[in-house]
Amino acid sequence: MPKPQFLYVTYISASPEKVWKALTEPEQTTQYWQHVNLSDWKAGSKWEHRENDRNGKLWLVGKIIEILPPRRLVMSWARPEDEGKPKKHSRVTFEIEPVGDVVRLTVMHDQLEADSEMLESITDGWPKVLSSLKSFLELGRPLPNLW
Amino acid sequence: MDKVFKALADPTRRRLLDSLRAHNGQTLGRLCQHLDMTRQAVTQHLRRLEDANLVATIRRGREKLHYLNPIPIHEITERWIAKYERQHLDALHDLKKRAEGDHYA
Repeated sequence: MPKPQFLYVTYISASPEKVWKALTEPEQTTQYWQHVNLSDWKAGSKWEHRENDRNGKLWLVGKIIEILPPRRLVMSWARPEDEGKPKKHSRVTFEIEPVGDVVRLTVMHDQLEADSEMLESITDGWPKVLSSLKSFLELGRPLPNLW
Repeated sequence: MDKVFKALADPTRRRLLDSLRAHNGQTLGRLCQHLDMTRQAVTQHLRRLEDANLVATIRRGREKLHYLNPIPIHEITERWIAKYERQHLDALHDLKKRAEGDHYA
């Protein structure tokens, strides 16, 4: 198994269900990510990552590889123009694990092409998104002007 | 946040983070190669970094892989650096790097 290229961990004072909803419900995602993740959330289904809401600019597409609410979500990630090129798809794994009365949210991003544009944008993107998610769930206040 | 600052207040631990920034996902053995230290001492430093959530680990078979986790540092910058200041700070940082070379202690 190839090793993940990025591993992010954040501890959030919230229930696993709340964290799960924040990752999968567009009404919530738009508030702290300023983008939405759209899917029927079934294994094998497609998902889309759009700006603002379901009519916004399409940034990413992929498939749900594995889904186990509210604990584990594995998805493939690609730019829309690379949808038909499996070699250009990377993979994101979310794991939500209760630790005492908080949860440990782990995000693993792997199968990325070296020196790709995607590599650059996620290195910048994940810390912002995860900090904003934490602030949104704990304080009801996402980080302002994320992008 | 105390744990983050305490973890960062040590040159060896900062070197470990530099090493992970260059090559993410290293084993203990590989991290030890660049340090003139016992494995046990390096393990203890890594534990402090993991405690502060600056290093995240996963197991792959018999190996434990170490990753730089920038989330706590991002939270620090969000707390004290305003969005509009970032561009000026980047420019100053570039200037300093060019003038001094890329050295960290």
